[in-house]
Amino acid sequence: MTDARDHESHENDPHEGESSQNLPDNPAGSAGAVPESAEPIADPGLPAHAWRPADVDPAHEKRAERQVAGMFGLSAVCVILFLVAYFTLDIGDDHDTVGGLGASTVALGTTFGLALLLIGIGIIQWARKLMGDHEISELRHPARSSDDDRKATLAALNAGLEESGIGRRPLVRNSLLGAVGLLGLPAVVLLRDLGPLPGDVEDDQEYPGAGLERTVWTKGMRVVRDVVGTPIRAADLEIGDLVNAVPEAFFEVDEEGEHLIEGIELQIAKSKAAVIVVRMEPDEIIPGDGRDNWSVDGVLCYSKICTHVGCPISLYERTTHHVLCPCHQSTFDLADSARVVFGPAARPLPQLPLAVDDEGYLVATSDFLEPVGPSYWERG
Amino acid sequence: MRLLNRSAGRLSRHRRGPLAGVVLLLLGLVLTGSLYAAFAPAQATSAESDAEQVAKGRELFLVGCAFCHGQNGEGILTQRGDTQLGPPLVGVGEAAVDFQVGTGRMPMSQPGQQAPDKEVVYSQEEIDALGAYVASLGPGPAAPEPEDYSLDGLTEEEREEAIVRGGQIFLTNCTACHNFNGAGGAMPRGGYAPSLHETDPKYIYEAMLTGPQQMPNFSNGNLPPEEKRDVIAYLESLRETPEYGGFGLGGLGPVSEGLFAWLVGIGGLVGFAIWIAAHTTRSTKKKGQAA
Amino acid sequence: MSIDTSKVATSNSSAAVAKKPGRAGVVANWADERLGLATAMKKNLRKVFPDHWSFMLGEIALWSFVVLLLSGVFLTLWFNPSMGEIHYEGSYDQLRGVAMSEAYASSLELSFDVRGGLLMRQMHHWAAMLFIASMMIHLLRVFFTGAHRKPREMNWVIGCLLLILGTLEGFTGYSLPDDLLSGTGVRAADGFMKSIPVIGTYMSFFLFGGEFPGDAIIPRLYTIHILLIPGLLLALIAAHMLLLVYHKHTQWPGPGRTEQNVVGFPMLPVYAAKAGGFFFIVFGVSALMGGLLTINPVWKFGPYDPTKVTAGSQPDWYMGWPDGALRIMPGWESEFWGTTWSWNVFLPIIVLPGLMFTILLLLPFLEAWITGDKREHHLLQRPRNAPTRTALMVALMTFYGLMWAAGGNDIIAIKLHLSINQITYFMRAAVFLGPVLAFMITRRWCISLQRQDNEKLLHGYETGVIMRSPEGGYSERHLPIDTAKAYALTARDRDEASYVPVGTGGGTDANGIPAPVGRMSGLRGKLQTLWFADNVQKPTAAELEEAHHHAEHEAHELEGVSTDGHQLDGHHAVADEPLRRDH
Repeated sequence: MTDARDHESHENDPHEGESSQNLPDNPAGSAGAVPESAEPIADPGLPAHAWRPADVDPAHEKRAERQVAGMFGLSAVCVILFLVAYFTLDIGDDHDTVGGLGASTVALGTTFGLALLLIGIGIIQWARKLMGDHEISELRHPARSSDDDRKATLAALNAGLEESGIGRRPLVRNSLLGAVGLLGLPAVVLLRDLGPLPGDVEDDQEYPGAGLERTVWTKGMRVVRDVVGTPIRAADLEIGDLVNAVPEAFFEVDEEGEHLIEGIELQIAKSKAAVIVVRMEPDEIIPGDGRDNWSVDGVLCYSKICTHVGCPISLYERTTHHVLCPCHQSTFDLADSARVVFGPAARPLPQLPLAVDDEGYLVATSDFLEPVGPSYWERG
Repeated sequence: MRLLNRSAGRLSRHRRGPLAGVVLLLLGLVLTGSLYAAFAPAQATSAESDAEQVAKGRELFLVGCAFCHGQNGEGILTQRGDTQLGPPLVGVGEAAVDFQVGTGRMPMSQPGQQAPDKEVVYSQEEIDALGAYVASLGPGPAAPEPEDYSLDGLTEEEREEAIVRGGQIFLTNCTACHNFNGAGGAMPRGGYAPSLHETDPKYIYEAMLTGPQQMPNFSNGNLPPEEKRDVIAYLESLRETPEYGGFGLGGLGPVSEGLFAWLVGIGGLVGFAIWIAAHTTRSTKKKGQAA
Repeated sequence: MSIDTSKVATSNSSAAVAKKPGRAGVVANWADERLGLATAMKKNLRKVFPDHWSFMLGEIALWSFVVLLLSGVFLTLWFNPSMGEIHYEGSYDQLRGVAMSEAYASSLELSFDVRGGLLMRQMHHWAAMLFIASMMIHLLRVFFTGAHRKPREMNWVIGCLLLILGTLEGFTGYSLPDDLLSGTGVRAADGFMKSIPVIGTYMSFFLFGGEFPGDAIIPRLYTIHILLIPGLLLALIAAHMLLLVYHKHTQWPGPGRTEQNVVGFPMLPVYAAKAGGFFFIVFGVSALMGGLLTINPVWKFGPYDPTKVTAGSQPDWYMGWPDGALRIMPGWESEFWGTTWSWNVFLPIIVLPGLMFTILLLLPFLEAWITGDKREHHLLQRPRNAPTRTALMVALMTFYGLMWAAGGNDIIAIKLHLSINQITYFMRAAVFLGPVLAFMITRRWCISLQRQDNEKLLHGYETGVIMRSPEGGYSERHLPIDTAKAYALTARDRDEASYVPVGTGGGTDANGIPAPVGRMSGLRGKLQTLWFADNVQKPTAAELEEAHHHAEHEAHELEGVSTDGHQLDGHHAVADEPLRRDH
């Protein structure tokens, strides 16, 4: 029984003729082969085919047919509904909603998804119930080529190499290799103009505060609220206040009302010059070396850019004076020169020295004294 | 809710579906009923003088708050003396009391990293009395009136601008802790910024004004009242807008999205794969028999 | 097949059509005379594919890639990859008038002013997540079943490259909308690059076209996202599939399924129908998810602004594990001669992923080196039958999973009311201890399962029927499992056939791994011991004979026992398993 089945399943195998010579010589290879007799149970061979109800019972067959066709039909209905939804449900200014959800997206997604799903399920049901489901067997062949093929290929390769003379003419070969190798240089050099060098940006100063070591902060520049641009009066702040602030330069306009810094220059400037201003009890501050007069009545100002990888950081706890970065949880103690108290950051947040101007508004007394943001190789 | 419909202006056209309307109506009815229950007995005493209110507040304070905050709200240190059991309440103002007691954060049931909001213990009348007493200890911010945070009286254009500006202020000052969706976020050492989804506009305003617990202040010298109003208007408008893209998955960002991709997406597709490869039922009949 | 033709003829019309030259025949003839298709198709139309659910995991990846191509093309019709600044005037009220990049504005336009645009955006994003997730579970299936062994090592390498490229493709796509979340991700990527010694700052300036954020990054990422990486992905997927066809699919051992053949359904019609149907299912599930589940609501994040940030700033899940490593890394940094070495960033985000992918790429070669096995393998192994390999992958998974959890530590902290600080401290230890523990537990577990298999073979399965002997002792009745199942359990190599012990073999095979010498051979010997020493071997024919003899003796003792109640539970065929021994 077993042999007969094996035989019949190979009958249609297209490789049968060549199969014997292509079989792996010895599956155990050079390893210590175990004699076949040690196998505890002999291969019983493929089991006999068992028919499905739909194969033998016309009623089953008809039912399965109806199921499959029904699913295809339902899919078509879903497509119609999709079209209806597309043309009737509004988006944009006058959004239709259903149960608090955007009606158009939900309806389009549901109808489209069901249309696809029903086709898929229908096809698979067809394959499972109605298509012939005889398992057939095919012989494998080792991945390697036959010895004859290998010999022939090797011969062809050798003939080609011999005719080219590449082995006999080292001068030609080596000069070619050298020339082709050098072609890598244009490929690399061509990428040079992807961007300016860090040093050039610093030297050229094509926009305010260019370069990794500078920001737009200058002596006397007012600290203003982000978004609205109003200056901050030190006396107006209460203990526990947190202000997300930026330099006044972001809001300065020329005579025609055009912003002096805008577009990409503004984005670059923001990515370095954003600060947080906090006010705490003056006697809770532990001033760092030479930072005694950097605060105004307990008002301190630090860079908002995390020294880890540069996320803006303003998750401030008023009683502990800790500020947390939402990206990787570095925590800094603002009362203690923004020392790192937890997390992966290695450097304290740079502090911006503060003073008040004649009108009592907060101003910077200089730029940051160290680069803001993540560390980099040349930072030193 | 009244605020929503009137203030939203252009937004109000994007009202939620009919089901949401029913829910809103029910909520409104429940709210009205409970508000009535809360305020009905207050009618009789509404005429009481400030002094009486302060005296009543002091009585309540001595019973419910003095254990931690001291007989006169001067605060109490822990035995080791390095931390506050309860902070001094001089100068925190009526707004702080209204927030802390009105959201159930106070009285605290046990000392902990952070007082969670829970069921409110006092009636609004009692909270007002407590607030009046604490305000009498030292000058502090008063509880805001609905006018302070409503967009009434603005033109439609001004409202729209207010909402947009409020959104930008929210994204600058608030999302760092409370998340882009107002869903809340984690803070150091087990602390957390609570979700703003259900918070009453009054309490949002008071929280900004007084900086409860670890939250920094956004006092009026820091964030002017109109800007607080704009932030609240933005949050209200977020509640009003539909979830355009389907269910929100908690609004927590990529972590919950990843979870759904694995559980729903991969889980569902592997389920389909198992179905596709599963063996169908077999008949005991032979082909010949059927023919 | 001879007995099947009648069935095929009625159920599969295409086979029947081929007999008489109908219209299809004319077309086929026309095509073949020009393209010679018949020769190419002869072998492949009825190519055999084994059927098992775990073989379809890679298909999920393939089909979600197709969904990505289709939905991605749709998105390109509206998306404008420009960082030029404009003021938004579209339909979303809360951002009207706000300055933003054209990339972000066009993402909003796609979401609010193009019908089906939001659906396509969300489908694209969900399909991307499914693409990478299914590649990973496919990879796990391949490794756990030993399908990465010779001759399939190159396909493993191609698969790993697909996973890396897929991840990069995901990251570049995540960055394109230029919303607050993606901008924060790009900002972090800038920090990552700057941590690279010597060239870091230059890389950053070249990529961003100057200082972060510059105006070049979005268009550059766009080109990489829609042209460069998809092109590479397509080429590698084609190679992956060609190799699959050339090697023929692996199969589970079983009656009639050997190393020399492949048993399953022919490509036409069953396999084609199932695979095609599965495409529609993957497409449909993506569409349902895209329509019902919000993903990346860019309008709520607002445009990218370097001064803003949101709580829960996470990358998409597939970048979560290096992000977790970044979170739990202590803040180490050194300065030498005016240069800065940011170990706190460089090690977890540049070195670690590189190291992990290298390990992944090398796994098949590492295993082959340890075992010295140079045979071809087409029969799969159950994970339990390679305990050390299984344990190795579980250890790697544990490492990955812990890092992943660390990447979501803030969300875990709020949802489970824990402290992020404590989670971080815990993870710092757990990422080292967890994998070791997982390795040991998994290995022992696998070995126990091997023992249990042997128990089943030698003593049969436990029926749950308690017998009382005349002396009053109790015992559980065991019955032999049926031959097909027993054969499937024994259809595996003995370990002595699976490796070349150190010092023997080798050196003769030119295309194998060179014979180990010196120090490495000692290491190899130790690893070999670890790999095989405790494994349980299948019983020999003699042992099985002995056990059966014993069982018969036992049955003899229990003669007269009535039926066990398990005749119909499918555990064994009743017909050829006499319950009562007539001795």
